[in-house]
Amino acid sequence: MTPHIVSTKIYVLVLAALLALTALTVAASFYDLGGGRLHYANAVTALTIAVSKATLVVLYFMHVRYSSHLTWVFVGAGVFWLLVLIGLTLSDVLTRGWLPSPGPWSS
Amino acid sequence: MSTLATARPANYLSVDPGVMSWLLTKDHKRIGILYLVSISVFFLVGAVSAAVIRLSLFTPEGALLHGQAYNKMFSLHGISMIFFFLIPSIPAVLGNFLLPLMIGARDVAFPRLNLLSWYIFVLGGASTLIAATTGGVDTGWTFYTPFSSIYSNTNVTLTAVGVFITGFSSILTGLNFLVTIHKMRAPGLSWSRLPLFVWAHYATSLIMILGTPVVAITLLMVGLERGLGIGLFDPALGGDPILFQHLFWFYSHPAVYIMILPSMGVVSEVIACFSRKRIFGYEFVAGSSLAIAVIGFFVWGHHMFVSGQSVYAGLVFSLLSFLVAIPSGVKVFNWTATLYKGSVAYHAPMLYALGFIGLFTIGGLTGLFLATLGTDVHLTDTYFVVAHFHYIMVGGAITGFMGGLHFWWPKITGWLYPEGWSRAAALLLFVGFNLTFFPQFILGYNGMLRRTYTYPPEFQVLNVMSTAGASILAVGYLIPVIYLLWSLRYGQAAGPNPWGATGLEWTAPSPPPPGNFEKIPVVTEEAYAYSTMETRRA
Repeated sequence: MTPHIVSTKIYVLVLAALLALTALTVAASFYDLGGGRLHYANAVTALTIAVSKATLVVLYFMHVRYSSHLTWVFVGAGVFWLLVLIGLTLSDVLTRGWLPSPGPWSS
Repeated sequence: MSTLATARPANYLSVDPGVMSWLLTKDHKRIGILYLVSISVFFLVGAVSAAVIRLSLFTPEGALLHGQAYNKMFSLHGISMIFFFLIPSIPAVLGNFLLPLMIGARDVAFPRLNLLSWYIFVLGGASTLIAATTGGVDTGWTFYTPFSSIYSNTNVTLTAVGVFITGFSSILTGLNFLVTIHKMRAPGLSWSRLPLFVWAHYATSLIMILGTPVVAITLLMVGLERGLGIGLFDPALGGDPILFQHLFWFYSHPAVYIMILPSMGVVSEVIACFSRKRIFGYEFVAGSSLAIAVIGFFVWGHHMFVSGQSVYAGLVFSLLSFLVAIPSGVKVFNWTATLYKGSVAYHAPMLYALGFIGLFTIGGLTGLFLATLGTDVHLTDTYFVVAHFHYIMVGGAITGFMGGLHFWWPKITGWLYPEGWSRAAALLLFVGFNLTFFPQFILGYNGMLRRTYTYPPEFQVLNVMSTAGASILAVGYLIPVIYLLWSLRYGQAAGPNPWGATGLEWTAPSPPPPGNFEKIPVVTEEAYAYSTMETRRA
C-alpha cells in the first residue's frame, strides 16, 4: 500500500481548526455555563472540544483517515479501552453516595 | 535426546563478537541476550532483598530490619521484581529471540526500535537503582497516594521516573511484536497455524500497548502533585486518592497477565513437545489468551474492595473477576487433556511446565477467594494475598520462564546442559517454592498482616518454615545458573532440534545465523503436527 500524501492545504486547515478550538476552550472557561443540575456543563463543553481536537489530530496528522482497516481496528481498540477505563471508574465515582455513610457510634 | 557434534558454522554469537557490535546490534537474538543479562541483574537485586526480608521475619520482633528500613526493602523487592524482571522476562528475552524465528522472519519489524527499547529499559533501570542506592523508597511497588505524592520523604520521584521510562520500553516491544506478527509471517503461516507462544505474545503485546501508557501518566500525575502541589489525589488539595488506585490498577492488574500469558505460551509449546501430541483444542487455547487479555482489563477494582470504592462498583468488579477464571481454566483443562494418552517425557522443561500447571491452579483458585467481596474483606492486606500472587508470579511466571529457558537454551546457545542436574533443580525449586509460600496462606488466613516487620509470636513456626523454604528456593535458582554457564564451556553440541520439536525455530541451526534462515521457509502444516512427525520417523 503506497503512503497517502496529505496536501499542505489540509494541514493548514486542520491547524487553523485546532487553534480556533483552543481559543474556544479558553473563551468558554470565562463563562459559567450552568448551575444546579447543569453544573457539569463547563466540563462537558471543554471535554467535547478536546475530543474534537484529538479526533482531528488522529484523522489528519496521524493519517488514520487514509489508513487501512487494520489501523482503524487498532485505533478503535484504543478508544474502546479508554471508554472501559472511564466507564468502570465512573461506576465507582457515581455510585459512592448511594449508600449512606455510617453515622456516629451511639450507645 | 539426539546430539550432533559438528564444528559450529557462523552464527549470531560468533559474527563480530566485539562489545560495540553488541551494543549497536539490531539482531533480535542479540537484543534478547542483552535483555537476559539486564533482567538477571534485577532478579539478583529482587532475590537478595527477598532473602533479607525472609531472614528478618525469622523472629517475631524482626531479626534484621525495623520500621522504614523494612519498608524500603520490600519496596525494592517489589519494584525490581515486577517492573524490571517479571514484566520483561519472557517477552523481552524469549519473545525477542524466538518470535521472528517462530514465524519464519529474519528479524522483528522495527529492529532499531527494538534496540532503542533495550536502552530505554537500561535507562529506567539505572534511574531506579540510583534511587534505591541513594536512600531508597518506602511506598511499596504500588506507590499509593497520598502517601507517595505528599507524605513520603524518600526517593519516590526518581523511582517513579525510572518506572515511567521503562514503560516506554514495554510499549515499544509490544508495538514491534504486533506489527511483526501481522506483517512478517512466512508464506503459509496462517493465524490458525501460529504457535501458541506467538498467540500468547500477541495478547501480551495488546496489554503492553493499551495499559502501559495509563500507569506512565499516573506516575507522572504523582510527580505533578508531589513536585508542583497540583491537587489530583490528595483530598487536602481537592484530589481523590481512590482515583489513583483506579488508574494504577487499570494497568497493574493486566500487568499480571503480561507476566503470566507468555509463560502460558511456553507451557503450551513444552507440553505439546513432551507429550508428542497436537495441543488439545488449539483454537480455544489461542482464543483464551485473547480473552484473558481483554477480560483482564475489566477486573481491576477487586484490588480496591476495602479502599472506599463504592460497594456497587465492587459487586461489578467481583462478577467480572470471576469471568477471567474461565479462559484460565480452559487452558489448564486443555493442557491436561493434551497429556492424556501422550508419550510423556519428563525432561527439565516438562517438569517446569507440569509445576506451572499445579502452582498456577493454586494461585488462580485462591484468586477467586480474593475476588469474593466478603472473603476479601477478611483477607485484604494479609499474607494470604502475598501467597496468592507469589503462586501466580513465581509459581506461574518464573516457573514458565525457567521452563522456556531450559527448552530453548540449546537453540539460544547451541549447547546442551546436564540433564540430571536440570531435573533435580526443577524439583528442588518446586519443593522450595511450596515450602516458602504455602505457609503464608495459613498465616494470612489467621490474620498475619503483610508489610509489617513484627508479628505475634504464635506465627513464628510458619514464618520459620517459610524462611527455610526460601533458602531451598535460592539453591534451586543457583544450581541452574551454574550448570547453564557450565554448558557454555563444557556442554555437548545441541544440533538444530535436540527435542524433536515442531516449529520453525527448530529448523534453523543452533545457534541460528544472523539472518535466521538460509531461505524463508514455507509452512505447509499446523503448529503441532507431532503425529505427522512420528509417522515420518517410522
